Amino acid sequence: MSIEALPAEIAEGPPTRRQAGTVRMLARNPSVVIGATIVAFLAIIGLLAPMLGTIDPAEINPVFRNKMPGAERTIRNEDGTKSTFVHRFGTDSLGRDIYSRVVYGARVSLVIGVTVAALSVAIGLVIGLVAGYVRWLDGIIMRFMDGLMAIPAILLAMGVVSLSRAGLLAVVVAIVIPEIPRVVRLVRAIVLSIREEPYVEAAITVGTPTPTLLVRHVLPNTVAPLIVQGTFICASAILIEAILSFLGIGIPPETPTWGNIMAEGRALFRIYPHNIFYPGVCLAFAVLAINMLGDGLRDTLDPRFAKRV
Amino acid sequence: MLAYVLRRLAATIPVMLIVAVLVFLMLRLTPSDPAAIIAGDNANSEQVAEIRKRLGLDQPILTQFAIWSGKTLQGDLGESFFFKKQVTELILDRLEPTLSLAALTIVLAVVIAIPLGVLAAYRHGGWLDRIVMGFSVLGFSVPVFVIGYLLIYVFAIELNWLPVQGYQRIEQGAWGWLQRLILPALTLSVIYVALIARITRTSVLEVMNEDYIRTARAKGQTEGRVLTRHALANAAVPIVTVIGLGVALLIGGVVVTESVYTIPGLGRLTVDAVLARDYPTIQAVILLFSLAYVLINLVVDITYTFFDPRIRY
Repeated sequence: MSIEALPAEIAEGPPTRRQAGTVRMLARNPSVVIGATIVAFLAIIGLLAPMLGTIDPAEINPVFRNKMPGAERTIRNEDGTKSTFVHRFGTDSLGRDIYSRVVYGARVSLVIGVTVAALSVAIGLVIGLVAGYVRWLDGIIMRFMDGLMAIPAILLAMGVVSLSRAGLLAVVVAIVIPEIPRVVRLVRAIVLSIREEPYVEAAITVGTPTPTLLVRHVLPNTVAPLIVQGTFICASAILIEAILSFLGIGIPPETPTWGNIMAEGRALFRIYPHNIFYPGVCLAFAVLAINMLGDGLRDTLDPRFAKRV
Repeated sequence: MLAYVLRRLAATIPVMLIVAVLVFLMLRLTPSDPAAIIAGDNANSEQVAEIRKRLGLDQPILTQFAIWSGKTLQGDLGESFFFKKQVTELILDRLEPTLSLAALTIVLAVVIAIPLGVLAAYRHGGWLDRIVMGFSVLGFSVPVFVIGYLLIYVFAIELNWLPVQGYQRIEQGAWGWLQRLILPALTLSVIYVALIARITRTSVLEVMNEDYIRTARAKGQTEGRVLTRHALANAAVPIVTVIGLGVALLIGGVVVTESVYTIPGLGRLTVDAVLARDYPTIQAVILLFSLAYVLINLVVDITYTFFDPRIRY
């Protein structure tokens, strides 16, 4: 099946042994440095969202609807004093502050990206180890994965989302399921090649029990490729979440996510393009940074993999 | 050759069977009662029971699958809950816009990406190479709808060159049809161009060091012919493979692009179906798109012999 020829899954050999000074090598790779810096910056923004001059991102203000970026609004404080609040990025058609929503949106996007990456790597690793090590299950598991991979990822995610009520959990599950087969393939390919290595055969000969063998000899070889794969999954998860929310089938619209802000801005796009522009730029930046990080990690941690792609 | 084609065709059957099982189980695997979801929050228990009976959900699961797959093979995809029409009819109705968009996108992507990739490999390390590589990373990162709105803003709103949104059937005039498809196809082709240009660059780069390239140059072949007849021709197989695999991205992109440009195609139908929880339609669309994806990749596999006569089956 030609689907098996996916370039991202070409990893027929064990990854190279981790060299001393991996960190130093990473620090010398410009992609890693730039990508990691932007990701860290976004993570800090997400973490410190309440302190960055934001107001409640869900606060609806009918009087201040559809304001252009830079619009000023006087807020009457509880003690009677007045202060001015500037809507840096304008407001949406419900009068919510776009700047606050974009800043809080970073939280949701990053949380989804990391959660999806961790879950799909963990689940895929277990299934991949089983498929690679238990011969009679291999065929069944891999045919099942072929079937899953034949369904385009976004469609599969949409199908899963349609089955339950919209929410964070449903969206995470919907994005994890299409990613699992890709991880399974990668892990299985690594396991199959490691099995033939002399040190594994030696370990089997001296009677190492299978669980120990897997943990001590097979698992370490999957770490580098999985870190790389996980990074790319993180980027694609953020994109798919934004797509689902943008289409109105993702996270409930009151939650500030970049996709939701853009979905809200669709109707009035011709007059107020900023509703789509600001979250769009943030989204592109975040995904770009994570992809760069992934490219750099692949080049440093997994050079054999890098040469083939 | 024919034996090979038949064998490959047979090999797609288990894959499609698993897709069919997954699609079939989709409704049955829900934690809640599908009949209750379909009926909605305001339905009483009689309505739920009625829906359950209509869907055949009161039968044993194997019987249900047998009935469902038998009907599906005959082209009967059931009735849409939301549109109150036969799903087959609904899909046929939406096929033209999606096929037009996909075809135009593939043509556009191939025409843009392959020359870019070849030139980037030829000028390896030069500024063009860097631009192409940078673009390909960017193309994977900028979401389809952001590109879509950017193009609408620039070409339809600011410059006013092209219509903003909508679709015109081809029989109502090819020019209007093309005019409304240019921006969506451009939007959708970005990620595809990124993918194809990147793989073209890599695979041309790989063959550029081969002996036959040196020989071709030594016998005085022009650089253009060296690149096309000798380098590109030998690098064709991975490029064609990626064009086939990229169809999965294309299908995902179609769903989004059709929503951005309000094109009444299959992608828009999918979104509407998911919003309305119109399960027969969702199941049908997933089956159809997966079948298209598998078949396109089958065709790609078969074309290998054409692009590389060394491959014999």
